[in-house]
Amino acid sequence: MRYLPHTEEDIAEMLRVVGVHTLDDLFSLIPKSCCCRTRLDLPEAISEWELNSHMVRLAGNMAAFPEYETYLGAGSYEHFIPASVSYLLGRSEFVTSYTPYQPEMSQGTLQAIYEYQTLVSRLLGMEVANASLYDGASALAEALLMAIRITRRKKVAISRCVHPNYRQVVRTYLAPTGFEVIELPYLENGHTDIQKLDEIEDLAGVAVQSPNFFGSIEDLQTIGEMTHKQGALFITAFTEPMAYGILKNPGTLGADVVCGEGQSFGIPQSFGGPGLGMFASKMKYVRNMPGRLVGKTKDADGKKGFVLTLATREQHIRRGKATSNICTNSSLCALAAAIYMASVGSTGLRYLARLNHDKCEYLKKELVKAGFAICFNSPTFNEFVVEFPKGFENRYQELLGEKIVAGYPIAADYPELLNHYLFCVTEIKSRDMIDTLVREIQR
Amino acid sequence: MKEISELKLPENVKYTEDHEWVRPADGKARIGISDYAQDQLGDIVYVELPDIGSTFKKGEAFGTVESVKAVSDLYMPVGGEILSTNTALEESPEWVNGEPYDEGWMIEIKLAAVTEPDSLMSRDAYIELLKG
Amino acid sequence: MKDSQGTSGLILNEPLLWEKGKPGRHGFSFPRRDVEINELNENLIGEGPDFPDLSEVDVVRHYTRLSQWNFGADTGMYPLGSCTMKYNPKTNEKQANLPGFAKAHPFLSSGLSQGVLKLMFDLKGFLSEITGMDAVTLQPAAGAHGEFAGMLLIHAFHKSKGMKRTKIIIPDTAHGTNPASASLCGFRSIPLKSNEDGILSPEAVSEIMDAETAGIMVTNPNTLGLFEDNIREVTDIVHKRGGLVYCDGANMNAVMGIVDMGEIGIDVLHLNLHKTFSTPHGGGGPGSGPVCVGKHLEPFLPIPRVVQTNGKYSLSEDFPDSIGKIHAFYGNVGVMIKAYSYILSMGPENLKKASQLAVLNANYIKEKLKKIFHLPHDKPCMHECVFSDKFQKNNKITTHDMVKRLMDYGFHPPTIYFPLVVNGAMMIEPTETESKEDIDFFIEALAAIADEAQNNPDRVRNAPQKCKVRRLDETAAARRPCLSG
Repeated sequence: MRYLPHTEEDIAEMLRVVGVHTLDDLFSLIPKSCCCRTRLDLPEAISEWELNSHMVRLAGNMAAFPEYETYLGAGSYEHFIPASVSYLLGRSEFVTSYTPYQPEMSQGTLQAIYEYQTLVSRLLGMEVANASLYDGASALAEALLMAIRITRRKKVAISRCVHPNYRQVVRTYLAPTGFEVIELPYLENGHTDIQKLDEIEDLAGVAVQSPNFFGSIEDLQTIGEMTHKQGALFITAFTEPMAYGILKNPGTLGADVVCGEGQSFGIPQSFGGPGLGMFASKMKYVRNMPGRLVGKTKDADGKKGFVLTLATREQHIRRGKATSNICTNSSLCALAAAIYMASVGSTGLRYLARLNHDKCEYLKKELVKAGFAICFNSPTFNEFVVEFPKGFENRYQELLGEKIVAGYPIAADYPELLNHYLFCVTEIKSRDMIDTLVREIQR
Repeated sequence: MKEISELKLPENVKYTEDHEWVRPADGKARIGISDYAQDQLGDIVYVELPDIGSTFKKGEAFGTVESVKAVSDLYMPVGGEILSTNTALEESPEWVNGEPYDEGWMIEIKLAAVTEPDSLMSRDAYIELLKG
Repeated sequence: MKDSQGTSGLILNEPLLWEKGKPGRHGFSFPRRDVEINELNENLIGEGPDFPDLSEVDVVRHYTRLSQWNFGADTGMYPLGSCTMKYNPKTNEKQANLPGFAKAHPFLSSGLSQGVLKLMFDLKGFLSEITGMDAVTLQPAAGAHGEFAGMLLIHAFHKSKGMKRTKIIIPDTAHGTNPASASLCGFRSIPLKSNEDGILSPEAVSEIMDAETAGIMVTNPNTLGLFEDNIREVTDIVHKRGGLVYCDGANMNAVMGIVDMGEIGIDVLHLNLHKTFSTPHGGGGPGSGPVCVGKHLEPFLPIPRVVQTNGKYSLSEDFPDSIGKIHAFYGNVGVMIKAYSYILSMGPENLKKASQLAVLNANYIKEKLKKIFHLPHDKPCMHECVFSDKFQKNNKITTHDMVKRLMDYGFHPPTIYFPLVVNGAMMIEPTETESKEDIDFFIEALAAIADEAQNNPDRVRNAPQKCKVRRLDETAAARRPCLSG
């Protein structure tokens, strides 16, 4: 086996030094009752080229671009990834290193993550961002736990316009500790209904997503003001960071904690993971933040350098009282996002975000022209909900046969929205493709 | 680490087994950690102190003190209500290392029982404790 | 000793990203605008982020230089204890990047995602066979996430029996994440001391295992690199009193094909695909932390689960007792693909051999170094061995100093000051992919450092000298945090 360098002579010599005769003898101290394994029942080892053809076969049994045209968003987005991003991300000094516990040998990862923290803070309009969490959903759960810690209150409110899977993850995280999760309904225009917010007592935090699951851009400022009146923390989530290339960022609209999924920035969709949990807050809450932080400092000669810092918040030091149990995070995905943000730049992100918005609006208008109903009338970014006539399900299936995935049916998550489909358009889609889609839907 | 003979251990405070000190005056008392404690902890980077007006019993944790890679609870040597905290430590936690009994004080309390500090260790008793 | 591996080559300085570039540059191939500008309410529009504008060349040079300040397992030996820094096969990366996988949307219907669903279903089967457990979830995104999932399963199990158990036993030789994972789930951790041999004594477990205790979280092999010889007695006691046994399987690399975790009484076990199954750590993630359970816990596993009927694979949410979701989608599929490729490449014999060689390498290092460094537990170890700085302390040289010096010799340091039960611990895990020559070289380097500790202690205290930076001021970083520029 090419990954195992030991020759028979090496093994014999090393066994001699250890003072045993066979490899099996190395385990002789383990009680017999604990190592009674016979052979593992697994497929026989295969060669590299056999693996290649096996995997190509499996990967071929998937509906992916360019063969398929998918109009799916809902928390995972198809954006172009430059070759330079993938190439740099493959540098094995980044890929094969561990968490930068030994800063003198990890300055590459450390400076890159410091830069990532800075770019994320600037994107979201916040004072401090951490080095990443697993994904957008767990980031939201962590944000709500953070609000509970800071306010020492026991209830959180979360909008029904937050991604349904994120809400499920929040419920799982909060269930065993008995904190109450209250869901806020939505209005006819696709915004969160906050009318009853002031009736909730003991409120630790309010979480909304913008753009929300329906693509609608929420009125964050008003929700933030209502939340702060209650003495609760205002948490805003996102699944599409591209939006902040053009929209006002959540920080300027009053968010205390901003969290979400960063997959859009240079990370392949990979059937939903790995993603990137982006997490940022106001500086005054930094000691209650979950996750790692990289800070700038100096070395013994006074030269600039970077270290992991404020580690006393973390599990390996504060043990049971830590701000989170997270250890391994999504570092390499954070690096991908940083390289992506550096590549598009300020001017570029603005252009790209605007183009994304405009292409999506184009599809929206074409569908309206074709006589379909747009469900919510508030402004949207990249995604929107269409109501199709009863029976569209059949056409949807036929379109799959034509290798078009015409949106995501949301009735499973919103039973009241039968025949409603969530559509997503990004810069990848050309006007011709969109025209074809609309034509095919009408057929 | 300092030898016991190198430690600053003033006469005018009382000590506890958890290495806090108390300096009572007029029904109030200032509280901090001893030179021995700061020396054991190493460079202090952060001190978390309680809200003014909160009350604690003797032995309850009132805050934490952090070095780069450790965090320790701070325990009330005596019971009382928090009158003030040393906000200068937010900016300069290094005072706890340099001047643990002066600029490095942590909280000032209103004593629940004025005589309670009398039961704590004197300098000599504390030295005996440190010698083990 | 041969020439040291560490040398000083030309390393280039590189400013921070925003100190480079000029407004108007970009490093991205922007698509043509083929639709008209559509209106967007002015009130919603912001200024856009303040990012630097860089060309593609600027970006490529920047990150290439940064990468050269890093040390990875591809650079050299990385014997970080309990982290299993084995070689990360390149073919695995290639498989995960196949467009069919990399470009797959998570909400594709099951008919359009048979390839990846079959892969996930088979991987569950492989992990179940390797561990000897009955069922597996692949959803947790890392080891600590797996621990949390495991705690949720234990919580749900007791709840289903109408029991309220609030405590969990955590030995001092367990992994550092365990107490935080338990308290996230509302459990209070009850610390338990290991015995003088560095393992658990059944008597000590028996003393504290009561009707309010949900179970125990053991790490086996433990963080001293020792197999818990009494594990069967321990699991018996815990089970008899209605508790469950969680095993942190981060150290599974020692016992693949040797120990059957189900057989020895483990109820829940998490694996780290980014340790045992060769997927790269990426400078701190992403990982993947599958959780393997016995039959009795299967109903509680996270949803959705990959199921198979008549040769067709699908995702099912139809498990009413499930703890719910812990990840936005199905976990880190990209990482699973790499682990799956690894298992297929290795096959059953090589997996067992990997464990045997990992244990051989660790015992070889232990034997060769135990005269030079203090070895708190002098008995056969598993895949890692733990020394301390007791001998070198006489010259006022600490573990911290010695591992910094190790960098100058061209090796990544081992895990230090962990486990906490050993003062000044140096926890060395070579893994099976290090050759005898490299291990001999590592041993020579440590022996040379022990010699320097005696004869030239200042050289050790002032190390490292050959890295990009010298020792960094961590105190200043924590006192006045500067977390963004």
